[in-house]
Amino acid sequence: MAMADTNPAQSQMKVSDEVAITITGMNKWYGQFHVLRDIDLTVQRGERIVICGPSGSGKSTLIRCINALEEHQQGSIVVDGVPLSSDLKNIDKIRSEVGMCFQHFNLFPHLTILENCTLAPIWVRKTPKKEAEETAMYFLEKVKIPDQANKYPGQLSGGQQQRVAIARSLCMKPRIMLFDEPTSALDPEMIKEVLDTMIQLAEEGMTMLCVTHEMGFARQVANRVIFMDAGQIVEQNAPEPFFTNPQNDRTKLFLSQILGH
Amino acid sequence: MSDTHAQSVAFVRKTEIPASPPPMAETGALKWVRENLFSGPFNTIMTLLGLLVIFYLLSGLIPWIVNGTWEGSNIQECRAILQGNGGGCFAVIADRWPQLLFGFQYPDYLRWRPTLAFLLLFAAVPPALFVMYLPRWTLIATAVYPFVAYWLIWGGTVLSPVLTAASLLAGYLVFQKVERRGFVLGLAAGIATAFVALTISGFITSAASGVLALELVESRAMGGFMLNMILGTVCVSLSIPLGILLALGRQSKLPIVKGFCVVFIEFVRGVPLITLLFVANVVLAYFLPPNANFDLIIRVIIMITMFSAAYIAEVIRGGLAALPKGQYEAADSLGLDYPQAMRLIILPQALKISIPGIVNVAVGLFKDTTLVSIISMFDLVGMIRGPILSSTQWVGVYWELWAAACVLFFIVCYGISQYSQWLERQLRTDHR
Repeated sequence: MAMADTNPAQSQMKVSDEVAITITGMNKWYGQFHVLRDIDLTVQRGERIVICGPSGSGKSTLIRCINALEEHQQGSIVVDGVPLSSDLKNIDKIRSEVGMCFQHFNLFPHLTILENCTLAPIWVRKTPKKEAEETAMYFLEKVKIPDQANKYPGQLSGGQQQRVAIARSLCMKPRIMLFDEPTSALDPEMIKEVLDTMIQLAEEGMTMLCVTHEMGFARQVANRVIFMDAGQIVEQNAPEPFFTNPQNDRTKLFLSQILGH
Repeated sequence: MSDTHAQSVAFVRKTEIPASPPPMAETGALKWVRENLFSGPFNTIMTLLGLLVIFYLLSGLIPWIVNGTWEGSNIQECRAILQGNGGGCFAVIADRWPQLLFGFQYPDYLRWRPTLAFLLLFAAVPPALFVMYLPRWTLIATAVYPFVAYWLIWGGTVLSPVLTAASLLAGYLVFQKVERRGFVLGLAAGIATAFVALTISGFITSAASGVLALELVESRAMGGFMLNMILGTVCVSLSIPLGILLALGRQSKLPIVKGFCVVFIEFVRGVPLITLLFVANVVLAYFLPPNANFDLIIRVIIMITMFSAAYIAEVIRGGLAALPKGQYEAADSLGLDYPQAMRLIILPQALKISIPGIVNVAVGLFKDTTLVSIISMFDLVGMIRGPILSSTQWVGVYWELWAAACVLFFIVCYGISQYSQWLERQLRTDHR
């Protein structure tokens, strides 16, 4: 990925004043272990945020808290005006508005690509089957694999599977997309096709939170980079100053290690 | 690396190596025999020993079948016909086959009814077994069958099965209506509706017991292989859904549901089936009101179903545990609620993994139905051990009768096994 210092795409992408996600004073423990400590984060609609940090720093846990795949014990998370509580109704509502892509794709292996994409719209949104299929084909075309629609996930390459996973999330017409290391399980040759899909999505104004180690992607697309360590947000800044002039020592060390080789 | 290549530092391929077929292997039957049967002194000895055993078995079995007689009305006549030529006395089967199949109390002139019910089974089961190839409306046949079969086998007024079916249907419709407000609420409303409807239809049936009535046959009269088939099909089809519920319950986050399922499964698995059957037969009577007419067959069905449901639950739990956590998370992240996630994502995959185990339990269950012979029900084994072998005509004709029992059970069990293997092949979509 080219590390372009100036990017024409970035200037086109606008951030609105509307708030998409507010996290205040959020804490989470795994038993005695304090994984997330006093997280405060506000995400505007249309923002593209890249979260990075060493493994075990809590970055995946943070975005998994946003759609309640993980429970938080303290503080509040408000997604699209809906507070995340233990109320199942609220959780299901938030989940249907927030799309998520996983490191290991997690496609449903017993369903075809098309069925993977239409399942949630049909059962959660009660969309008629025909309409759901049309939407699915639209998004499959967008991620450039409409011809694989009737195959099973096991017949596709990793990159294709991840693109299907993105299309599957998009079929729910989410207002926010979460990416949990979407390229970490892919061969180098396939990383680009997935990143291109994500860039395209960003250009269309999707609110995105990505946990990723693709720093080129961060420079090109993100308008904010968050560095986490030991369960805390250590530093956050626009990509340019973040990469060229990191402030915290831990950030400097991390950046020198991943950019140095 | 050879010396010549050690000096050549760089290498650039200029032409692509074309793909070629693998080297022609030596083929032919002789090579196969040499490789698989006589590949060494030990294997040669094992092959010869194996052949000897096969020869010994066949030299007994073939004359037994070929020289056997199907004529004669008792063992003495049989022996006179055979004159010690090693043949089997299959006359017992020719003489007593209706008893082997229907028991000795089912009225002869009504045997067409269970026979028809059995034949209808072949129309009712395929829609469920081949659901991906037959149109969905054919499942109506499967749904209607239990009521038709009950009416044919037991007789009585047609109102009884019709009203029962209607009550269950009413319960299901209520469930469907209320489900939108919550799965548990829907379930409770559905069960309550069905219960009320069943109670009402109970009164109607007893008041109008003569409407379109077939001659009533008591449960006591059920016997022979028919009884095994009834118990087998009913218990298998009831214990699979019950087993699924128990397996899901055991995984539940609700402590009471989970606790109940764990205790139930562990208790039932820790007790021999035969003791449960004794409980059904004898002990249950102490707890029921003195004149309660609680059919013995129903008691036995409940016990066998509970027993195999516990085993199936554990098999399915294995399947659930084998699914990657990501499948649950993907289902959750798309906004599917628990019943949807289970029904659409988790169970189809978990059940597919569990097919061999479930079929194992189902085959075992079917054979275990012969245990009812111990609580003096005359199923196939009970018929052979009791009325037939202790009759003066056929005392001592063991081989032929037990062989017949083996053949009947083998046909069904082998059929189930073949179906499950076919199903596994059909469902193989993961392309590993």
